[in-house]
Amino acid sequence: MNKQVTKQMVNIEINGKKLQVPQGTMVIEAADSAGMTIPRFCYHRKLSVAANCRMCLVDIEKMPKPVPACATPVTDGMKVLTHSAKALDAQKGVMEFLLINHPLDCPVCDQGGECDLQDTSMGFGLDRGRYHEPKRVLRDKDIGPLIATEMTRCIHCTRCVRFGQEIAGIMELGATGRGEHMRIGTYVERAVNSEMSGNVIDLCPVGALTSKPYRFHGRAWENIPIDSIAAHDCIGSNIHIEVRRNKVMRVLPRENNGINECWLSDRDRFSYTALDSDDRLTQPMIKQGDDWKAVDWPTALNYAVEGLKTVINKYDARHLGALVSPSSTLEEMYLLQKLMRGLGCDNIEHRLRQQDFSSDTASGAYPVLGLPVAELENLNAALLIGACIRKDQPIAAHRLRKAALKGANIMAINALDYDFNFPLAEMLVVSPADMLRSLAAICKVLMEEISSSEMPDGLSAILAAVEVNGTHRAIAHHLKSAEKAAVLIGTQAMSQNELAGIRALAGLIAESTNASLGSLSEGANALGAWLAGAVPHQGPGGATVENDKTAVLAKHLMACVLLNVEPELDCANASAAHDVVRHAEFVISMTSYMSENMKASADVLLPIAPFAETSGTLVNGAGDWQSFNGSCTPPGEARPGWKVLRVLGNLFELDGFEYLSSDEVRDELKVRCEGLELSPSGPWRCPSLDSGDGGLQRIGHLPMYAVDMLVRRAQPLQDTRDAIVAAIYLNAATAKRTGVANEDNVQAVQGSCSVSLPLVIDESIPDACVMIPVALEETSALGAAYGVIDLCK
Amino acid sequence: MMAQQKKTQSKRGLISEASKAEIDRWIAKYPPQQKRSAVMAALRIVQDQNKGHLSNDLKDAVAEYLDMPPIAVYEVATFYSMYELEAVGKHKICVCTNISCMLRGSDEIVAHLHKRLGIGLGETTRDGRITLKEVECLGACVEAPMFQIADQYHGNLTPEVVDEILDGLD
Repeated sequence: MNKQVTKQMVNIEINGKKLQVPQGTMVIEAADSAGMTIPRFCYHRKLSVAANCRMCLVDIEKMPKPVPACATPVTDGMKVLTHSAKALDAQKGVMEFLLINHPLDCPVCDQGGECDLQDTSMGFGLDRGRYHEPKRVLRDKDIGPLIATEMTRCIHCTRCVRFGQEIAGIMELGATGRGEHMRIGTYVERAVNSEMSGNVIDLCPVGALTSKPYRFHGRAWENIPIDSIAAHDCIGSNIHIEVRRNKVMRVLPRENNGINECWLSDRDRFSYTALDSDDRLTQPMIKQGDDWKAVDWPTALNYAVEGLKTVINKYDARHLGALVSPSSTLEEMYLLQKLMRGLGCDNIEHRLRQQDFSSDTASGAYPVLGLPVAELENLNAALLIGACIRKDQPIAAHRLRKAALKGANIMAINALDYDFNFPLAEMLVVSPADMLRSLAAICKVLMEEISSSEMPDGLSAILAAVEVNGTHRAIAHHLKSAEKAAVLIGTQAMSQNELAGIRALAGLIAESTNASLGSLSEGANALGAWLAGAVPHQGPGGATVENDKTAVLAKHLMACVLLNVEPELDCANASAAHDVVRHAEFVISMTSYMSENMKASADVLLPIAPFAETSGTLVNGAGDWQSFNGSCTPPGEARPGWKVLRVLGNLFELDGFEYLSSDEVRDELKVRCEGLELSPSGPWRCPSLDSGDGGLQRIGHLPMYAVDMLVRRAQPLQDTRDAIVAAIYLNAATAKRTGVANEDNVQAVQGSCSVSLPLVIDESIPDACVMIPVALEETSALGAAYGVIDLCK
Repeated sequence: MMAQQKKTQSKRGLISEASKAEIDRWIAKYPPQQKRSAVMAALRIVQDQNKGHLSNDLKDAVAEYLDMPPIAVYEVATFYSMYELEAVGKHKICVCTNISCMLRGSDEIVAHLHKRLGIGLGETTRDGRITLKEVECLGACVEAPMFQIADQYHGNLTPEVVDEILDGLD
């Protein structure tokens, strides 16, 4: 990462082997590239060089003393010996010192079997200790629900400290004290609170920092690592799912320099803990009267088919609807839409958190990132719109952070004062209603002051009334002057009422600054959903569909198929979605978990496998199709979703449901997607800037640990500080104006829905706005995520 | 949520205006983006303001004032022995026991201090008046044995000289 790209090559010799490496390379890198291992603890190729463990001492010709290979740049003609008597003597000496204070507790240490210290001591350690004095013992501190500490084992390599400073961007761990009293920790009792914190578990070369949920659960050599793809954001981090005796033991990152490098977000790392949650559905169930009865698959599937047929006969197929989680696999989405369309209905939707569908046109605007994930770090400027990127797509934030540290101007327009772990060039926190106005102001600068280009239809009329300030000007100038720029619409903007307008103006800004336009889409497979045709107005591969242009959830559905969806938690308008499902006469819920709400509204529960237990494909925002195999078989009677859908297709006697593997499903779709151009923007439609009636506006923030069924059930994640408490957040002035300033509990009212929640005064919330998070049990009785809201005592 | 975390009650106010002015003088010595270079001076200044020791809140206040992570301030504060992490007496006597002073009889001085004050090294008298601290070489070997009280070095110590100095303390 910090290797300088210099053309000049130098000739060196390591252990007699002649090598040509770029000047400035460290000896350890040169040796690694030639496949020669030098022992090390503190050196890590993605972190800065610390050279404090001294394990990598090597013998270099003409140098009087052994030198650390990690901090010694190569020079022309250098001759390195990594195994000479001098080098080995130095390495053995360091090893002995490192082991002085290290406990001999390998049998009870979780790191045992994958421990750098253990491995290295096999090669360089003495077979007995010569140290008989007392060893240093440290008291452990609780640093949160994800990382277990055993600091007595720490060898002070400071990888975790450097990770915090350099990668996570918030320094939480540090080395306090000195000499023998030096210790790694947080000093005061406080939880490590980074969305990437789990990476220190991988970085720690000893058993000082280990995974808390995995603690004492198994040995590394018993686990079988299976390649897979993380299923919670549109980045598609590559992972190893480690399985033992058909049980997922843990999830580790799998290196892919084009996507997640060697990192993984905590959400992707620990969501597996939900797999054995108590409310897993392991048996098909049908509702009989008010009771639920566990049945076998044929009974459940026939019941489901009969139920749908009854509704089709009674009304017609257009009264069916299907809601699918945007994190479902490509195969599930494709087969579900094939089933629905085969029955004569286009009502299938994955954009559950979206409220504004007015930009749906025949030629869709695909939720693409607009550039490869790795390119994010090469941007010179980026404008984020409604993006809590650090929490929603931690890996993308990490890439942008790298760009920012290299001097890129990253800018943000958000409805909330989101935290960023890198410096922002410009930042606007505006109410959702003013977001469009801010974008219009940037357009105005670009159109009138910078390029004076021709305006698209209707724009000049709305720009006339827009006021421009310095921030708008700065944003426009930064984007315009950047060599590589991007405009990215974030996940949090997806629920806003003016999404179509935001898209239109963002597209215009991107176009007139030569920036790429993209989305940080919801779920792990939003782009896949579009490709698979899991939208009502477009079939697979962009096929044109005649459709009445009404949003699926706005229809009066008589039968509903849910695929890993909890409507009251997964939809932008929680209560409306819940009502649609509750009023439907027949509801099939294909789900990995069951809930009380599901039992109340569904008629059939079909247990399907979540991401780790099914094969499938996820398409990330950059358009990478990443397929994976199931890492274990689902528990009980649960089955992969694509198989269940295939059998449903067969039972309906529809053509083209004869697949033998999920690969066949994917390949069929792939053919249909060939040559498809994934345009990020639709045709221009001028937005209107009428901001509402000036009442209170709700900001329905989507918390990072509530995004899908699985994450919501991952207890360790729920125990972190990032799990947001359901409350009514607003600033003091707004609280005073609405007359609730002195209340502890306040009633939030949206139309006929209301909930009572604690009041939290938060000065970062824009005026006349109320932040009430979505996707939480406590707020699921409310209405639209963004929209008018009232508060009363 | 994010906004909450950001404004976890500010501790800036714990630094007195006079201290802030003095810290600002130090900040001005460094490039604007390297404010944190003033951390050692800032810790010394707030330690003086706080009767000779640093509380965790004060360290947090310095972190906030210099725009650096609290843990980075803890690292500095715990590394250097002249930052006091526990409350100290009104007078802190730093007795050198390093080689020159030892050869010139610092053991006798320590024993005398122990007899006279009833406390050992690293302890504070019950009335909170005097703290005894063992330190390494203070660079005054020319008049060993020596100790330091506040900003004053006292050399060529004998039990009698020590008594005289202690009697002179308020």
